Amino acid sequence: MKHVPTAQANVHTPLSQTESGKARSISRQGLSIYWRAGSWLLALLLFTPVLALIYEASAPTGEIFAHLRNTVLGTYILNTVLLISGVGILGLILALPAAWIMANSEIPGKRYLQWLLVLPLAMPSYVVAYIYTDLLEYAGPVQRLLRDVTGWESAADYYFPDIRSLGGAIIILALVLYPYLYLLARTAFMEHSQSQILASRLLGCSPISSFLRVSIPMARPAIITGLALMGIETLGDFATVDYFAVPTLTTAVYDTWLGYGSLNAAAKLSAIMLVVVMLLISMEKYSRRRQQLYQKNTGQDHKKASSLKGWKKALALFWCWMLVSLGFLLPAMVLLDYVFRYFSDSWNIELLTYSLNSLKVSLGAATFATLVALFLGLYQRLQKSRFSSIPSRLVSTGYALPGNVLAIGVLTPLTLSDHGLNGIIMAFEYPPVGLVFSGSIFAIIFAYAVRFSAVAVGSVESSLGRVSPSLDMASRTLGCTPSEMVRRVHIPMVRKGLLTGFLLVFIESMKELPAALLLRPFGFESLATWVFQFVSDEKLEQAALAALILVLAGLVPLILLNRSLEAEQK
Amino acid sequence: MLKKALIALSATGLMAASAISQAAEVVNVYSYRQPFLVEPLFKEFTKDTGIEVKVVFAKKGLSERLEREGKLSPADLVLTTDISRLMNLVNKDLSQPVKSKTINEDIPSQFRDPDGEWFALTKRVRNIYTTKRSDKPEGITYDDLADPKYKGKICTRSGKNAYNVGLVASYVANNGEEATREWLKGFKDNLARRPQGNDRAQVKAVKEGVCDLAIGNSYYFGAMMANEEQRPWAESVYINFPDQKGNGSHVNVSGMVLTKYAPNKDNAVKLMEFLAGDKAQATYAEVNMEYPVNPDVPVSDMVASWGEFKSDDLPVYKLAENYATAQKLLDEVRFDL
Repeated sequence: MKHVPTAQANVHTPLSQTESGKARSISRQGLSIYWRAGSWLLALLLFTPVLALIYEASAPTGEIFAHLRNTVLGTYILNTVLLISGVGILGLILALPAAWIMANSEIPGKRYLQWLLVLPLAMPSYVVAYIYTDLLEYAGPVQRLLRDVTGWESAADYYFPDIRSLGGAIIILALVLYPYLYLLARTAFMEHSQSQILASRLLGCSPISSFLRVSIPMARPAIITGLALMGIETLGDFATVDYFAVPTLTTAVYDTWLGYGSLNAAAKLSAIMLVVVMLLISMEKYSRRRQQLYQKNTGQDHKKASSLKGWKKALALFWCWMLVSLGFLLPAMVLLDYVFRYFSDSWNIELLTYSLNSLKVSLGAATFATLVALFLGLYQRLQKSRFSSIPSRLVSTGYALPGNVLAIGVLTPLTLSDHGLNGIIMAFEYPPVGLVFSGSIFAIIFAYAVRFSAVAVGSVESSLGRVSPSLDMASRTLGCTPSEMVRRVHIPMVRKGLLTGFLLVFIESMKELPAALLLRPFGFESLATWVFQFVSDEKLEQAALAALILVLAGLVPLILLNRSLEAEQK
Repeated sequence: MLKKALIALSATGLMAASAISQAAEVVNVYSYRQPFLVEPLFKEFTKDTGIEVKVVFAKKGLSERLEREGKLSPADLVLTTDISRLMNLVNKDLSQPVKSKTINEDIPSQFRDPDGEWFALTKRVRNIYTTKRSDKPEGITYDDLADPKYKGKICTRSGKNAYNVGLVASYVANNGEEATREWLKGFKDNLARRPQGNDRAQVKAVKEGVCDLAIGNSYYFGAMMANEEQRPWAESVYINFPDQKGNGSHVNVSGMVLTKYAPNKDNAVKLMEFLAGDKAQATYAEVNMEYPVNPDVPVSDMVASWGEFKSDDLPVYKLAENYATAQKLLDEVRFDL
């Protein structure tokens, strides 16, 4: 951290100040060749699994595609589109009012609600899906009560919506994913200058129309980012849609791979999904293209949250508590109930080991991904060339792939490295070392970094984007070398972004399942793999304790995350 | 900055890499079968031989992992839940033949590869469960599943589940593609709800009155009887062995394959002999309620109480051959949609 020697060599080259005072002219010659080459190498390294899949997809797939197109693919695509838009719309309906209330008004218990509203993110969606099915299906307590009260005797006597349906999947996924939107929108609402809202009110807007015509447009980039995150998570989900028997594109990927035995066709489908995600991501970028909002100086523009009264207060309270209850409290209480009733089944002396395993890979992945994000984010900012954003885009592609397919993509470069390494070692007549990369937890950490770097990159990028270029100019004018500027200006200013990225990757990694299942070394069990083993056999009760630990482990970083975002506003 | 980042990155890598260990007497297993089914067997094996069994369980992708690991793979043995996965491993050239007199004496020839590339361990029958609200049907067949008299009365898990694809593959092998398509159309028309859940959930649905017929493997009946919460489900249905006057009931197998580059080959063969032997086969029968392939080992009392039955003598590898066709037909009739 002390210095980057090669960067200093560049300091004394004359600055091209004649090109007007744009930030880019100052930083153009700032980056060393190591940094530049390192960024590209790192990006390519994390891109290798996707590359392996693209290679796999390029092989001929025979008639499978034509057959799928003629039979079920249309329905799968339709389901996927309906699912993503449904989750998006419901997410908006759930999250925006809550974000608005938390940003602009004072209601009792706000201190707690603020972070309680984030907690559904700690719930693995397959656990929530399982719990709601258990509650709402024919034999579940809700319908039993209904039958007891009404005297209906069998399923034929009444109509009850089937939780295992597209609608059910939309509701469950929206309930666990809305916090993405909530967090981003709340931050955006809080950042906005109160004066604009006051101006709109003075000009005769009602609070509602001020919300619709001023706040929403100003928060649009944040909202679209949140929607894109929800969309990508939905697209990559397999466990929930599989449990609800809603076939989507992910189903098609698994069918072609396992049913038709063609990994090539599966890779091709994944590539299509990749394109969809790239579209979602560019949509998000496009929406920000003209946005140049930089962090404002603090000290001015203190906003005063208005105190809600009467029915408004009641409605606001109801809305927020409903979200917290449905997305978190209810499932958590069911889990707790399972734990008490099945304690002897779910108590397992190995749970500590599983927890430590989860912690180890998640911390590893979060550290890895955050460093990657910082490195590439700075590269993109300081190396203002047309191509400088490509490395960040490359490492973000892994987010788009279904976990299991990604895991196979990860296996290819890792086993190739293993074969290479062993080949070299054996050429020197030493005994082979075996599968150093693909046979250790390195494989899982690497897979998570590939899958979740996008999350960290996004958060670091948006946080760097808000650092005004005038600060770069000032620091360079005052004699900072580029590396000093990074150390003394950029890193302190994006600390929050780094922390956010780190925590989000950590939480996602704790819950991640398919890659861990396939890539784990012998005898490796994490909380998620342990829980899923029972969920897939429809016996969550017996792993309730592990599931609860999994949720609790996600709570701590979430509360930290929320606190750091709040502090940012003060 | 750069230096520190690189150090942190390589530290992450090293920390991960250091977790590799090599014990003296081990055998490494990749298992598609669920832990609680096979772990008791491994414990028994370790007790008998002192050889430690290390396992990776996954439902998907183990053969791809094995393929990419190639010569460096630590895996010695692969356990699968159905014949198509067994054949898939052989066809990808990931297996090696085993010539063991013990195993060949224990496993009848129709349940192993002539060259010893794969071995079946247990037989699982695809049964039709019928509700006790009406009488036990006489001579029920798989064809009946497409009979309009059962319209809206049948529950099943996803058609794409390996057990169902296996059943459809056997229908293709016995009756041809065209007949299968018609059969599947009729079958789909009779479904009470979209295919969902696992085999046990179908029996539960019969109990709840959602449907009258359910498709499920035989051993689940035993598993439900052994589970306090699920016993009422099992008690609400008759277990029927279909096609007794025709080809016989459809049988799939779970099995094992010795990997091509097995580093602990001797230990692996010992484990294979153990799994085919009386003790392990009896455990399969008693604990998992499956039908052992070893003819010397009796089925459990409960399984015996379901009665003798005739099983389809279609060679099991034919199932694997027709697997992709079955999948294609299931998509064509949009079975799951």
